[in-house]
Amino acid sequence: MNKKYIPFILIGALLVLPQLGLSSYVLHILILALMWATAGMAWNLLGGYCGQVSFGHAAFFGMGAYCAGLLAHHYDITPWLGFLVSVPVVAALALVMGFIVLRLRGPYFVLATLAIGELLRIIAENLVDLTQGNLGVLIRRTWVDKDPYYYVILALALGTYFLIQRIMASRWGYYFVAIREDQDAAESLGINTTLYKTIALAISAVITGFTGAFYMNYMGYIDPQIVFSLGDISIVMIMVVMVGGVATPLGPWVGAVIMVILAEWIRSLPVIGTGYQTLFGILLIVIIIFLPNGLVGDLPKIKRFFKKEVPA
Amino acid sequence: MSLLEVNQMSMFFGGLAALSGVTFGVEKGEILALIGPNGAGKTTLFNCVNGFYKPTLGTVSFRGQKISGLEPHVVCRMGLARTFQVVKPLQRMSVLDNVIASAFLRTKTRAEAVDLATEILEFTGLLEDRDVISKGLPLGKRKRLEIARALATKPEMILLDESFAGLNPAELDVSIEIIRGIKAQGITIMIIEHHMKVIMSISDRIVVLNYGQKIAEGSPADIRANPLVVEAYLGGEA
Ligand SMILES: Nc1ncnc2c1ncn2[C@@H]1O[C@H](COP(=O)(O)OP(=O)(O)OP(=O)(O)O)[C@@H](O)[C@H]1O
Ligand SMILES: [Mg+2]
Repeated sequence: MNKKYIPFILIGALLVLPQLGLSSYVLHILILALMWATAGMAWNLLGGYCGQVSFGHAAFFGMGAYCAGLLAHHYDITPWLGFLVSVPVVAALALVMGFIVLRLRGPYFVLATLAIGELLRIIAENLVDLTQGNLGVLIRRTWVDKDPYYYVILALALGTYFLIQRIMASRWGYYFVAIREDQDAAESLGINTTLYKTIALAISAVITGFTGAFYMNYMGYIDPQIVFSLGDISIVMIMVVMVGGVATPLGPWVGAVIMVILAEWIRSLPVIGTGYQTLFGILLIVIIIFLPNGLVGDLPKIKRFFKKEVPA
Repeated sequence: MSLLEVNQMSMFFGGLAALSGVTFGVEKGEILALIGPNGAGKTTLFNCVNGFYKPTLGTVSFRGQKISGLEPHVVCRMGLARTFQVVKPLQRMSVLDNVIASAFLRTKTRAEAVDLATEILEFTGLLEDRDVISKGLPLGKRKRLEIARALATKPEMILLDESFAGLNPAELDVSIEIIRGIKAQGITIMIIEHHMKVIMSISDRIVVLNYGQKIAEGSPADIRANPLVVEAYLGGEA
């Protein structure tokens, strides 16, 4: 079979999936996987390709979610408009964040992103007039059925995938990777590293904001502890990419499926289920040691491993 | 007016004067060699010229415009490119992609960037290594990749920091030909080099630094005959 057709077959399969009479629960898992794949791709653009590892992407996710939720809550406007409204809001937040953190390198950058993510959570908790604080925001969902949500997030995921593929084949893509590989070399080649890091951050942030807006629409309820969470959002985005494969196009998809299923499974376990974040932490360490490039990135290594096990 | 003018430039690191009051010019089209013992301040001077450091005192101008204090990418865009003594390849990118990344500075589409990069790989003798991931290149070729990347920004002037260090005699000849080829294209060259034979054969003029100060300037013949230089530098080599 020609390799060229594989993407079309995959997309076709994704399109017909909800028509196969899947249970509502399975569809829910698929929707979450697509949402995390999208968020992972967004993180991957900045962290994987451009090399700027952010521990604060919950800031953008939460901001996108609140854009959708607050429109519906305060003005009774459709929460889907949150997608549109989130673009300038999240982009502005990314620019502010970029101004503060992009001049920092290495661990300073990481710590600064982490701090900003947490800061946003605390602000959302305390601006009670606007956000209702820890009470959260509850909206009326548009559809009872899960199918339409599936198609919305599928469109978002595929759109993100093709957008990032386009970017990575262009000047911007080359510049992002050059910055990751050696910032001084990139500067001396005429690349305005601050500008292009800001561009990568802004695109990454806006897409992450979309996933947040989707989350609000789909779940119908958010509070600051959920959508601005370090452990449940920022770190899960990183794990999706690390498990699947950093700086690979399909890594976030693979990572998202594994993480969502794993999370569901671990949470359902008696006793240790409540400690799922600890288990995720252990998993992350194992991955970093044995598959530093993730499942997709280390595929050749995995294949070799299994070939050794089964001598011809 | 010289193409590049270094004017009373000093650079202090804490109490250490890596450069003090250095003044000289580089004329359009020439090869100027910058020599001096280890730690003389040669690389520091490059860093001050291309914008990595902001000189503590003094100025640098290029084509009559002050460039000291500008960011490196702006200096490069103005037509002044450089290589690094400690090579900085974009490790996980192929040789071709390394050069494409810098070719984008002067090209619009990816196809144009690929064309320019290919042309330059041919010129620097790296074309057959185009698909090699640059981490895996031997040192001699990594040094040449530095030159290729700098050339892909279509510079008017290029700063070469020890492009010959660690090369075997065969590679040395290849690189000398490349430098001559660059000059033949009308690109002005300032080169840091320890290899005396190479310096004497390719440079039009030489500036000698010692402990951050300029101790001599002149033609290769002048420099060889200068007692100060012989004492500080050449003597030590013999
Ligand atoms: N960033 C820096 N911080 C502190 N000191 C520095 C820095 N860069 C250079 N120096 C010091 O400045 C002096 C000049 O260093 P430089 O690298 O310019 O010498 P060089 O002439 O290039 O020597 P070499 O021939 O060994 O490459 C040295 O004493 C060096 O330790
Ligand atoms: Mg040096």
